[in-house]
Amino acid sequence: MDIERIDWIIDEHQCEASSLIQVLLEIQSENHWLPREALERVSERLQVPMSRIRHIATFYKAFSLVPKGRHEVHVCMGTACHVRGSDRILDTVKDLTGITPGETDMDLKFSLETVNCLGCCALGPVMVVDGKTHGRLSSADAKDVMKGYE
Amino acid sequence: MTVPRLSSPEELAKLSQELSSRRDPNSPCVSICAGTGCLACGATDVVSAFKDEFEKQGLKDKVGLRSTGCHGFCERGPIVVIDPEETCYLQVAPGDVPEIASAALNENKIIDRLLYVHQVTGEKTTRESDIPFYKNQRRLVFGPNRKIDPQSIEDYIAIGGYRALVKALFEMTPEQIIAEVKEAKLRGRGGAGFLTGVKWEIARNAPGDPKYVVVNCDEGDPGAYMDRSLMEGNPHSVIEGLLIGAYAIGSQHGFVYVRQEYPLAVKNLGIALRQAEERGLLGKNILGSGFDFHVKVHRGAGAFVCGEETALILSLEGRPGEPRPRPPYPAVKGLWDKPTNINNVETWANVPLIINKGAAEFASIGTDGSKGTKIFSLVGKIANTGLVEVPMGIPLRDVVYKIGGGIPGGKKFKAMQTGGPSGGCIPEKLLDLEVGFDELTKAGSMMGSGGMIVMDEDTCMVDVARYFIEFLTEESCGKCVPCREGLRQMHRILDRITKGKGREGDIETLELLSETAQEASLCALGKTAPNPFLSTLRYFRDEYEAHIKEKRCPALSCKELIAFYIDPDRCKACLICLRKCPTNAIDGAKNKIHVIDQAKCTNCGTCLEVCPTRFAAVQKLSGVPVPPPIPEDRRMILRKSKEDERRPSAD
Repeated sequence: MDIERIDWIIDEHQCEASSLIQVLLEIQSENHWLPREALERVSERLQVPMSRIRHIATFYKAFSLVPKGRHEVHVCMGTACHVRGSDRILDTVKDLTGITPGETDMDLKFSLETVNCLGCCALGPVMVVDGKTHGRLSSADAKDVMKGYE
Repeated sequence: MTVPRLSSPEELAKLSQELSSRRDPNSPCVSICAGTGCLACGATDVVSAFKDEFEKQGLKDKVGLRSTGCHGFCERGPIVVIDPEETCYLQVAPGDVPEIASAALNENKIIDRLLYVHQVTGEKTTRESDIPFYKNQRRLVFGPNRKIDPQSIEDYIAIGGYRALVKALFEMTPEQIIAEVKEAKLRGRGGAGFLTGVKWEIARNAPGDPKYVVVNCDEGDPGAYMDRSLMEGNPHSVIEGLLIGAYAIGSQHGFVYVRQEYPLAVKNLGIALRQAEERGLLGKNILGSGFDFHVKVHRGAGAFVCGEETALILSLEGRPGEPRPRPPYPAVKGLWDKPTNINNVETWANVPLIINKGAAEFASIGTDGSKGTKIFSLVGKIANTGLVEVPMGIPLRDVVYKIGGGIPGGKKFKAMQTGGPSGGCIPEKLLDLEVGFDELTKAGSMMGSGGMIVMDEDTCMVDVARYFIEFLTEESCGKCVPCREGLRQMHRILDRITKGKGREGDIETLELLSETAQEASLCALGKTAPNPFLSTLRYFRDEYEAHIKEKRCPALSCKELIAFYIDPDRCKACLICLRKCPTNAIDGAKNKIHVIDQAKCTNCGTCLEVCPTRFAAVQKLSGVPVPPPIPEDRRMILRKSKEDERRPSAD
C-alpha cells in the first residue's frame, strides 16, 4: 500500500490521534492486512507510539498483521449456528484447507476465520466466502462450496 | 441535487403533509425486505427483477417499489409484501417476479404457492398481519421498518418522523422531557436495564462541558441482531431519539458506535446522517430552535467487551477497550472525562415513541417493573427464526409456540437461552415465566440485549456452557485475573468434561471459580461470565453427571462421547453415505449392508445427514458399546425382483 494513500486516509480523519482505530480499519479494509511500514507511517503522522498501535492491532479482532489469502472464509460460530452444528462445518473446512482459524495456507489461497454471529441466524449454519453467504449448510454442502473456489 | 433546508417546525410539517399525501394508501406498492438476512437469500436479485419487470410491463408509474429494512420473518426470506392488500409472499425467487407483477398487480390474483402455510394445519394465509408470526406481536418500534426505505429521509418524514423532535424542541423544556422519560419507566434495552430517565438526569446535572451522548450499537452477542436491523432498517428513529436525548441532557456532540461487522448498518446510518444534515435536522440551529447538534460515527473494530460502557468510551478515544472501575460513572466522568450518556440503539429508538404518545400510554404496556415492548431475536431450534417485538410481560411459552411456531422436526423443547453469553438457560418447566427484566434475573438468566436461543433435545447443555465460556474467555480483555485466568480454567475443565475426561470434583471446582469471577471482576463481562455454567448446572445437573460419571452425552451431541452406527436391519445398501463419507470409513457395496469402521470414523455426522429419512439407518450411540459388525455372510441383501414382489410370497 503506498504512502500517499495512507496519508490521504489519515488526512480524512483530520490527523487526530483519537481516530487511530478508524484509520487502521480503513487501511485494513483496503489492504486486507496491516504491513509494518503502514503502521510506522500512522505512528509518525498521528504521533502515537508503535507500542500502542501494536496493542490496538492485536486487541481488536478486525486487524491482521499478516497477509491474507485470495479467498476469505468466515465460518459463523454464533450461538444459533452452534446449536445447528457449525462445529461440523468448521471441521470440514479445516480438513479441506489444512489450516485452523486465524491462519492462511501456504499458497495464499484461503484464509480461515471464525466469527461470532453474522446476524443471519435463520440460515444457520452459515459460512461466508469472499462476502457471499452460504446458508443451511451440511458438511457435504460445505465441501461442495469450497471446491468452487480456485 | 440539493434539497431545501428546513428552518422551522412549520416547514417540516408542510413537507410531511406533502410527502404523505403523495403516498396514497390505496395505490399499489411492492415492499421487498432488504435486511441482511433476506439479502443473504438473494433479495437483491428479486429487487432488480421487479425493476426489470415493471419496465417491461409498463407498471413503473402505476406501482410503487420499495426496498425496506428487515421485516423480521427471516426464516422465510426474501419477503415481498404488496400493499394495500398486504399480500405477503415468502421465499420469493427472481423467477417468481414476472408472475407476481402480472397476476398479482394487473389482475388482482393471488399466487397460492408463495403464501404462508401453517406447519401443522396446512392453512394458507394471505395478509401479512394475519400470519401467526406477526399476529401475536406488538410492533411499535420495529413496525415502521416495513413501511420505509431506510435510505430515504422522505419516507421517514412522510410517516410522521421527526415530529417528536419538534414537540421536544418547541413545546417542552429539557426537564419536562426527562420527567416524561422517567415517568414512562423506560429501562435500558442494552442489558443492564437501568432507568433511562434517571441516567439522563444524572448526566444533565453533572458539572462539565461539553457533554456527550452516545449510541451503543456494538451488538456483540452471538445470536442477537435486533440493533443491527433497527439501524439498517430505520436509522432516523435512532437519530431522532438521540437528538431528543441530547437536547434534554444539554449535549451538542453525539457519537454512534457501530460494529464494522455490520456494513449495511454503517452505510445506511451514514446516508441517514447526511440526509438529516441536508434537511437541517442535524448541525447548527436545528429547525430554527437555536439547538446545535453534531454526530460522528465510530466503527468498532471487533471486541465484545466494548459493549461495556467504560470500554466503549476508551475505544472512542482510540485506545484498547479495557473497562475501568465505576464509579465515577460515565454520566459524571466519561468520554475525555466529561459527562457522557450512553444508551443502546433500541433505547434511543423508543424515545420518539414516548414523546409522541406520552409516558402514560407507553407505560400502559408491560409489567410493573418493565414497560413498553422489547425486540427479541428468536433463533436456534425454532420453526420461525426472526426478530419479534412483544409487549413486556408476555409468557415465554407464547413467544416460542404462538410466534415461533414451536420446534421443527417434531423435537422436544429443552431450554431457552436468554441474555447472550452472560445470560442463562430457562428450562421447560419455567416457560410460563413472564418476560421482564426482574423476572428473568430471578430465574437465573437475564434480559440482556434480547437474544432468545431455543434449544431442543439434541442440544447438550454442558456443551452450551462450554461454548459460552469459550466465547467469553476469548473476549475477556485480560485486565482482571479472575476473569482472564478463571475463565480459561473453567473452559479447560468444561472442555474436558465434554470430551469424556471429566473427573469427580470438577463441578465443585467450577463452582469455586465461578464464585471468584463473580466477586472479584471489575466489569459486567467478568461478573456475569459464569452465568451460562451456573444456570445450566442449576437446571441440568443430571447432564453434567452423566458426562462425568457415565461418560455419556444424553443429548448425543458431544463428538468424543458418541459413535455412529448403521443399523443392519434398516440399511438398504444405497451407497449414499458410503460415497459421501469424507474419511472413507464406510465399507459396503451395492446390495451389501454398510458398516462403519469405528477406527477410521471421525464422527463428522455426514452419514447421518445424508441417510434418507425413510431408511433412518444411521444412529448415534452414547454410553453404550457399539455393537460388533454383522458377520460377512449375512451382509448381502437379496432383493426380490419386481415379478417376485407382485406374486404373493410363498412362505
